[in-house]
Amino acid sequence: MADVAQRPTQGNGRAASGASSNGDGISRRRFMGYLLAAPTVVAAADMLAPSAAQAAGIPTIQPVDFYDLTDLLTQSTEPTWALIKVVVNADSTVSFALPRAEVGQGITTAVAMTIADEMGISLEQVQISLADATPDLIFNQFTGGSNSMHSIFTQVRVAAAVARDQLLKVAAALLDGLPTELSIADGVLIAPNGRRATLGELTKLAATDRTRRVQTLLKPVSSFTLVGKPQPRIDALEIVTGTKQFAMDLKVPGALPTMVCRPPDIDGRATKINNLSQILGLPGVTDVALIPHTSFVPGGVAVRAQTFGQCIDAIQQMDVTWAPGPVSGLSEADVLKELQGSELPLLTPPLGTSIENVFTFNFRPGDPLETNCAIADVKPGSAEVWASLKSPIWAQEQLAQILGLSIGAVTVHVVQGGGSFGRHLFSDNAFEAAAISKAIGKPVKLMWHRTDNFRQGRVHPMCTSRVRATYLGNNVLTFDQRHTSVATDFSMGFGEILSATLATEPLGNLGYAETVFTLTQNVPYNFGLVTQLINEAYQYDTFNTGSVRNIYSPDVVTATEVTVDQLANALKMDRYQFRRSFVRDQRLKAVLDKVATVGNWGRKDLPSGWGQGIAIHREYKGAIAVMVEIDCTSATINRPLPDGISGITGPRVTNAVIAVDVGLPINPLGLEAQMQGGLMDGIAQALTYSLHLQNGHYLEGSWDNAFYTRQWNAPLNVQVIVMPPTGANPGGAGELGCAPSMAAVACAYGAATKTVPTTFPINYNAPLPFTPLPTSPPIPQSPTDGLSQEF
Amino acid sequence: MPTQTFTLNVNGHQRTVDCDPTVRVLWVLRDLLGITGPKYGCGLDVCKACTCHINGKAFNPCSVQIKDIPAGAEITTIEGLAAADGTLHPMQQAWLKYDVGQCGYCQPGQIMAAVAHVKEARANHVPIDDALFDQIRNVCRCGTYHRIREAIVEGAANMP
Repeated sequence: MADVAQRPTQGNGRAASGASSNGDGISRRRFMGYLLAAPTVVAAADMLAPSAAQAAGIPTIQPVDFYDLTDLLTQSTEPTWALIKVVVNADSTVSFALPRAEVGQGITTAVAMTIADEMGISLEQVQISLADATPDLIFNQFTGGSNSMHSIFTQVRVAAAVARDQLLKVAAALLDGLPTELSIADGVLIAPNGRRATLGELTKLAATDRTRRVQTLLKPVSSFTLVGKPQPRIDALEIVTGTKQFAMDLKVPGALPTMVCRPPDIDGRATKINNLSQILGLPGVTDVALIPHTSFVPGGVAVRAQTFGQCIDAIQQMDVTWAPGPVSGLSEADVLKELQGSELPLLTPPLGTSIENVFTFNFRPGDPLETNCAIADVKPGSAEVWASLKSPIWAQEQLAQILGLSIGAVTVHVVQGGGSFGRHLFSDNAFEAAAISKAIGKPVKLMWHRTDNFRQGRVHPMCTSRVRATYLGNNVLTFDQRHTSVATDFSMGFGEILSATLATEPLGNLGYAETVFTLTQNVPYNFGLVTQLINEAYQYDTFNTGSVRNIYSPDVVTATEVTVDQLANALKMDRYQFRRSFVRDQRLKAVLDKVATVGNWGRKDLPSGWGQGIAIHREYKGAIAVMVEIDCTSATINRPLPDGISGITGPRVTNAVIAVDVGLPINPLGLEAQMQGGLMDGIAQALTYSLHLQNGHYLEGSWDNAFYTRQWNAPLNVQVIVMPPTGANPGGAGELGCAPSMAAVACAYGAATKTVPTTFPINYNAPLPFTPLPTSPPIPQSPTDGLSQEF
Repeated sequence: MPTQTFTLNVNGHQRTVDCDPTVRVLWVLRDLLGITGPKYGCGLDVCKACTCHINGKAFNPCSVQIKDIPAGAEITTIEGLAAADGTLHPMQQAWLKYDVGQCGYCQPGQIMAAVAHVKEARANHVPIDDALFDQIRNVCRCGTYHRIREAIVEGAANMP
């Protein structure tokens, strides 16, 4: 269970007009909001008055100490706060259409908690849905950069507070009391005389027939009863009973199973179906269509059938002529050469003694467990799409262009996703489903095969990182890092077509990469002159890359922290004490101390062949430290799994401790889950999870080829400590745990093996522990011996 | 291949489908019967997201053809795991207690696999320990593995 202290500390929110202190150190900020003309109470926040930072424009390059990606993403939402609506219903519920994607990160729960607390109602009264694509929201319907809670927290509170104020005002008149004397308990408004009224009774009376601008005062966070306390997910019951609905579970009339026969090369193109009539005659098959490859639609030969099984059968038999893809014939050794040739020079003159490393981080899969999928129903003059989308406005605008429709003729429903990790920033699921539906003139339920996701899906770009640190006496004088990466595709911009267009202009993508890199990456130590620069190789669309969970940070931080271990050793200091001496942030120092204490750093009884690793990171307004122990003994590395199971069992992270400070933790239980997830991700990225590029395609095609953390890799002991609040706003959590986890595992591995690991994952160059699936047919047939495997 | 008529006992109900005898049971459940608790994650009997029970034992319907289901076999999906009166199975309750799920996509398969592993461990008089966890192949990309371990220990203790 999460360990959370309830004592609030000084707020760090950006100043707004009329702040007043309630004595507990947290500013109560006055905000303007709107009561909207509607039959019941509907309230919205007003946009924030432009602050000095905005008036100066969005800075191009500033250190994250002053301005970071979280600030940029949050500020971009501010002009559209008035469109965020909290609706009080006649049945005493309060509904809110969340303009963000829920893909497992728990924001529906956290937002429901926030609304319930601000209004003084129970969690059960709050109903959260995911908003359809709403172009007027511009930048305020984008789920990325771990920014959701940070950007939505205040706007949703203001809307809830406006609704609450209006209900109190009307209740006061009805119940013969003053608004300030009324209390709300579990959604019932109670006057001092004991008279009471429910939300449902009040909402029609409190409705307004003309939109009015009103002022409201947010409650002090210290008075919240839900925020800050562990809260199970609001969809937990649906999850455990199998009733939670994902895109492929929706029943859209006529939308039959549809799959695509994909090329052997990454992004190859289908040019001809050679046995169309044969495929059309197969059992269950209703339609077959060649879908051209475009910038937005991966394409191939689509087949629609009564069942997905029959789609798989049909693909086994397809005879398709393919044109090569943009990386045809290329292998990872070629990519490494290209990266080496693209590296920016180190300019700092070597002073004192230097340590220099070049790290290689190989391609890693980026797709979640739910394969890429969408439902589309394209008719003449209109289209409707259902999919998990993190950039739904961009998707809607782009769909309109692809289909030749007006934006208003395209409806985009955002469905809860079975994971994302950055994958659903891309909307190729929606684009491809719509292209197929348009081609055959029928609704389709498009699903990718797992093998398609590994081989044609979005990947964490391969990259190198050169680090040179110099030291003299007991000081580090310089620290330079040159990160060189296969281009990361930012073509969705920040979720809206205008910014996306910029990313596809010449040098536009590098501009995005540099912006994101500069606004996120940092070396959290006092190392004198620090430079960190990025350069990219290839075009943004040469490889299907994406901002896979925490994009640059896992690799940048791992390269940094492995080098920090070397510096500590060179200065003959304990690796934890070294970090403690050089860390330049008090919040980081606190989490570092916490994991070292709880994790029993430096314990004398550490078995031979084991190692400890410790790493810190700050991003998304948060500070985090991770400490792990790893068992690299041969008995563990060679530990066999039960019959029939293939997997990599070692080295094994046995113990892990994470301490995290996100400013204001909304739901410590959800936060704990996110940190555990980041840990499992970091373990995989450090030790086992990768893609091998050979002859224009990835060799991995199954979960038994690409070794994401499995139960046999999971640490035996995991502890997450949520630090007491240090701010008035929630920072980001979805990606925060990845980078320091990967780095801590790498450091522990280095300590256990007395090596400096520079290739990741560490097993990358070992003989392939699997036989690659063929590329033709592009997906394997399902086995038939499942009953022999029963247990 | 001509379609045939198959009768299945799913979650205590007799269900009849006309289909090609080679169609895998996962697609019979999901595409033809509309039972969507079992999820597709690989179609290769590897990720275990579709795990269901047949006569109380775990199996993966992505890798079994409908024609191979023995007559009269009882198939249970996640939707049929709770008692008839709606009382959740102890494993489902443990999953709630530890708030295991994140996106939730793999969890129906995780729960069904966990119940079968615990039953098997009991039948073989072996403890619920790391050796048992090593047998669980189910992939969770959100990384809920630690809470799954905690919940299985709890669920096992409360299973009748």
